[in-house]
Amino acid sequence: MEEDIDTRKINNSFLRDHSYATEADIISTVEFNHTGELLATGDKGGRVVIFQREQESKNQVHRRGEYNVYSTFQSHEPEFDYLKSLEIEEKINKIRWLPQQNAAYFLLSTNDKTVKLWKVSERDKRPEGYNLKDEEGRLRDPATITTLRVPVLRPMDLMVEATPRRVFANAHTYHINSISVNSDYETYMSADDLRINLWNFEITNQSFNIVDIKPANMEELTEVITAAEFHPHHCNTFVYSSSKGTIRLCDMRASALCDRHTKFFEEPEDPSNRSFFSEIISSISDVKFSHSGRYIMTRDYLTVKVWDLNMENRPMETYQVHDYLRSKLCSLYENDCIFDKFECVWNGSDSVIMTGSYNNFFRMFDRNTKRDVTLEASRENSKPRAILKPRKVCVGGKRRKDEISVDSLDFSKKILHTAWHPSENIIAVAATNNLYIFQDKVN
Amino acid sequence: MMLSKGLKRKREEEEEEKEALAVDAWWLDPSHPAVAQAPPAVASSSLFDLSVLKLRHSLRQSEPDLRHLVLVVNTLRRIQASMAPAAALPPVPSPPAAPGVADPLLASSDAALSASMASLLEDLSHIEGLSQAPQPLADEGPPGRPTGGAPPGLGALDLLGPATGCLLDDGLEGLFEDIDTSMYDSELWAPASEGLKPGPEGGPGKEEAPELDEAELDYLMDVLVGTQALERPPGLGR
Repeated sequence: MEEDIDTRKINNSFLRDHSYATEADIISTVEFNHTGELLATGDKGGRVVIFQREQESKNQVHRRGEYNVYSTFQSHEPEFDYLKSLEIEEKINKIRWLPQQNAAYFLLSTNDKTVKLWKVSERDKRPEGYNLKDEEGRLRDPATITTLRVPVLRPMDLMVEATPRRVFANAHTYHINSISVNSDYETYMSADDLRINLWNFEITNQSFNIVDIKPANMEELTEVITAAEFHPHHCNTFVYSSSKGTIRLCDMRASALCDRHTKFFEEPEDPSNRSFFSEIISSISDVKFSHSGRYIMTRDYLTVKVWDLNMENRPMETYQVHDYLRSKLCSLYENDCIFDKFECVWNGSDSVIMTGSYNNFFRMFDRNTKRDVTLEASRENSKPRAILKPRKVCVGGKRRKDEISVDSLDFSKKILHTAWHPSENIIAVAATNNLYIFQDKVN
Repeated sequence: MMLSKGLKRKREEEEEEKEALAVDAWWLDPSHPAVAQAPPAVASSSLFDLSVLKLRHSLRQSEPDLRHLVLVVNTLRRIQASMAPAAALPPVPSPPAAPGVADPLLASSDAALSASMASLLEDLSHIEGLSQAPQPLADEGPPGRPTGGAPPGLGALDLLGPATGCLLDDGLEGLFEDIDTSMYDSELWAPASEGLKPGPEGGPGKEEAPELDEAELDYLMDVLVGTQALERPPGLGR
């Protein structure tokens, strides 16, 4: 896949003029909405920043629609649970958009414990000519009013406001790792380490528990839920992945409590690759349905796998993300990098998949041509509008010019979160506290 | 599984374990070859120490990352299994290790392994407050958790309510009567059942049916009597 990519960077923390990375600015989730017009990011400080794509203008055809900041708001604040003496982090774990049904935009954002529904709407008119208030807003003495007038709406500078419409709290004992909007657009699910709950958007004070894998005795705990997602078309079907590298597909029509799966996806362990770390690297960090709904993609530490829903005993395709790390697992275990949770995404046509790696590298795999490419998201290596150059990691032997050796990789620069526009070749890549947006070059 | 459960580590073993750890501290020396190239038994021992350190660190967090915890524990199990393949560790191991193990280092490690694994996993169940056997809470609680002043017999109280690991269990309400828990009260959502879960354990989960207020009762009566058509009940969907 020879993709010429035009680069355009947007620094998430443009509002502050910091040259160092403040921890609160670390981006923790990235998500396009269903049309691709909006792009939302959440960060460790509990803030949500929404970018909007510029309308393309005929005069500047060479400038494809660029993304500019549309709205910024504080979604979650740090909380303190007094009964448990615990601080609840405000970090936004996931954002999911609802499909647009009117002029306003709706999204779900969640931290470890609480999910919130936000409404983002525009205001471009304001009423003028009140009877009881004067122009500065001060109340007028009713006795002085001799005539009545009807206030008129006058245009004003566009204002975008975000308001919390629902707060779904107190339903998760453990840390929420996923939220997923159902295709019925009436319900959604939230998953933590041991349980999955089903919510109705209108009801905030109760939720249905649909999966519970907590053992009666916590000493018997050997497996946790790592990710969950609804099927894109079948509102009764969802999948969840586990720390043991398995995926379960459940049908809510079968029973109210979906502890028993309908399908169980697991690849048998490769005996030649067995090590103490086999289980850790098999732990699935992300699971995503294809847009078609026919496949699921899973990300574990070293690979991305594509599964056919009709074949449970092994994946259809396996892609090596950074196999050169296989001999370094002990060190990666030592520095905890082996526990990093990378996400993965499909492009709009399900023909290309993308995931992140270390050293600000991210990888794309073309499922049809079987070609893959490694790209880098960094300011030093790309100027605006420059074409991204493919990168290569040298595994051993002679290092060519422009190659980087495994030992030189910077493991603190990890790309965990990426997003792909639903229909165009535009991608968003979060590199620590910076957001990069790349799109196809227009000739 | 060769893990021991519910085994309190005795003082004598603690000394033994410290000795075993001290001997294996060579792995911290950077001049030594990479662990992966070391003989398996020795590598396992140093990996074991590293894993124990990670587990302890994880358990010391006020709210441990469950995924990290589970993965480290499972890795420890694998290492333990590989370190004592010949020694037949009984399902309920009792220190000292099984006789017949030639290597004295391994022999002392086995007992230490089992004992430390057991106590660490005990810590985990303390965190969740789910220990079936009544345990005094005064010992080994990770810092940050309110261990002081916990009433005795807390384990027994846990058995009353369903095992949710949440301090909001119904069984604890009586203990905290003087604390305002109104922010946690919710008629329609009972923490004990965490939602309407119609599982097989219908008993404990349903012990607190959602309370209906008068307006809703009136409305339901009207519906039943037929004077009112079924429509969206008041109070929901604000």
